Amino acid sequence: MAILINRDTKLITIGFTGKQGTFHSLQSRDYGTNFVGGVTPGKGGTVHEGFPVFNTVREAVDKTEANAAMVMVPPPFAADSILECIDAGMPLVIAITEGIPILDMVKVKAALQGSNTRLIGPNCPGLITPGECKIGIMPGHIHMPGKVGVVSRSGTLTYEAVFQLTQRDIGQSTCVGIGGDPVNGTDFIDVLELFEKDPDTEAVIMIGEIGGNAETDAGRWIQKNMTKPVVSFIAGASAPAGKRMGHAGAIISGGDDTAEAKFRILEECGVTIARSPAELGHKMEEVLGKK
Amino acid sequence: MNVHEYQAKELMKKFGIKVLGGQVAKSVDEAVEGAKKLGGNVWVVKAQIHAGGRGKAGGVKLAKNMDEVKAHANDILGKTLVTHQTGPEGKKVLTLLVEEGCEIEHEYYAGIVLDRATGKATFMASIEGGVEIEKVAEETPEKIIKVAVDPAAGFTPFIGRKLAYGIGIKDKELVKEATKFFKGLYDLYIATDCTIAEINPLVKTKSGEMIALDAKLNFDDNALFRHPEIEAMRDPTEESVEELDAAKYGLSYISLDGNIGCLVNGAGLAMGTMDIIKLHGGEPANFLDVGGGATKETVEKAFSIILSDTNVKAILVNIFGGIMKCDIIAEGVVAAAKSLGVTVPLVVRLEGTNVALGKKILNESELTIIAADDLADAAVKVVEATKGEA
Repeated sequence: MAILINRDTKLITIGFTGKQGTFHSLQSRDYGTNFVGGVTPGKGGTVHEGFPVFNTVREAVDKTEANAAMVMVPPPFAADSILECIDAGMPLVIAITEGIPILDMVKVKAALQGSNTRLIGPNCPGLITPGECKIGIMPGHIHMPGKVGVVSRSGTLTYEAVFQLTQRDIGQSTCVGIGGDPVNGTDFIDVLELFEKDPDTEAVIMIGEIGGNAETDAGRWIQKNMTKPVVSFIAGASAPAGKRMGHAGAIISGGDDTAEAKFRILEECGVTIARSPAELGHKMEEVLGKK
Repeated sequence: MNVHEYQAKELMKKFGIKVLGGQVAKSVDEAVEGAKKLGGNVWVVKAQIHAGGRGKAGGVKLAKNMDEVKAHANDILGKTLVTHQTGPEGKKVLTLLVEEGCEIEHEYYAGIVLDRATGKATFMASIEGGVEIEKVAEETPEKIIKVAVDPAAGFTPFIGRKLAYGIGIKDKELVKEATKFFKGLYDLYIATDCTIAEINPLVKTKSGEMIALDAKLNFDDNALFRHPEIEAMRDPTEESVEELDAAKYGLSYISLDGNIGCLVNGAGLAMGTMDIIKLHGGEPANFLDVGGGATKETVEKAFSIILSDTNVKAILVNIFGGIMKCDIIAEGVVAAAKSLGVTVPLVVRLEGTNVALGKKILNESELTIIAADDLADAAVKVVEATKGEA
């Protein structure tokens, strides 16, 4: 079953005909994802790499019945593409694009309220349900189907965690990159809630970073609501203070946004902590062994 | 991106925010000229650097006559100011702002930041201004009022009233005056893609005006493409040469104090790599994320930036290929080693997309490379390598 995506997912790519859009769409198809076409305004009616191209998201949905869209559009235009997906009622939108202006995302976040769309990202590697469906830029071959859910703010650190799991013969239910931007569509708690409800997920790896308070909020949520074990690493314990965002930002998050504070709070909330990113697989092995 | 106080105030004026008359000076003579132009009988000579805490460090001084303007300008220009935000090396003052004086009745704090939790631009204001707002937040958090702005509705007058009453302003005319200020600040924040707009202090003068006495603006780097007028305000002397150079190549680089150079893809993994080096007793010399779009040339550039730091005693390359392919990195490593003559030990850990091809390129290069099996192994080997050098 997994979460969010599976064999029934039908994917289109917004910005399909660009170099990156083409490459990663075909990679997803090769992995087994049901890829059905793409959107590039002005190229509607053409065929690209054997797939239909449409001018608008609405048209693509009408013709292909796509229920997921991957956004691979350059940063100045990416928010507009996400808004178009919301307008077309697309249930799941995965925004890979890095470098979208923050105030553009503030508008997108407002438009998501009350809509039918769940947005993953932006600035994320995407998500994968191993053996069934891959949407994004992660290397598919390091994954294997199984029972551990992975949720992360960082792309390559997710690969690192997945690799360690697979090496230990621990498969993954779904791996979700929520992205590293300050304003994103889906946060840790949203994904943890889905994993908690998912009968195919037995335990979860959560990978966070310094800055903001998404991880500590997630820790408190886990303490109250989560019955499945969670293993967590926070990147940036060695990052110097003052190189982070300006001090007014640190106030609004309550000052608990250092790695040390996040480790401490997560531990208090019953989360198993990996102090080193190289320990994630090992810690998960221990947690599963205890069960 | 940050700008100087004088630049921030020029922008603020365009949005109807009241500031004091001021003149920018690069020399003592210009400072005296500026003071004369402004007129009056009291002036403030202010160091223009991208860091707070200037007053305490002796970078802001009151002058009551031309001799004092001259003396203060002479004293501050060229001086290296060390504040809690500059780091121990401090910042050299190259520019001054000479401002009119004003009669202050009260100092407030006002700012807008982006609240990540709600995804909304959020006002913060306090009756306690002119002091470090972190201190107020810690000791008397009830003295800070926050108001989030709905992005669809934008700024509406109640927000101004709520903030004004919240910081103890009751007089009807003054509430109007404060509301005008808050609206101007919000308009500026949105129109120029700020991430932080901070006015500390915002003052009420004896004549009943609300004036921004200081200004700190930070802009979203991702949005600079649509604000050439702000990009033009960039002061290269305020930024690290290496960091700027790196940014031109799409590299994200931050120099640190250690001796192990790091070349990693992805910000999270780059931080994680620094963390694990530290856990194994080493000290990272830098944060470097080559990003997802690196080419052979950018990897070469990354090496030259890392090696420009003479403290570097060993380099760790840690790549988990996804969008970034291992063979591209390998080609860049080989090219850099040849063109730059890398003499420090080089530990390389490759995994992910095209890993076999990447390893093959390294093996056939005849370079002396310490291959690492995994992340922990890489950290152990690179820390050992620095100890061998010592």
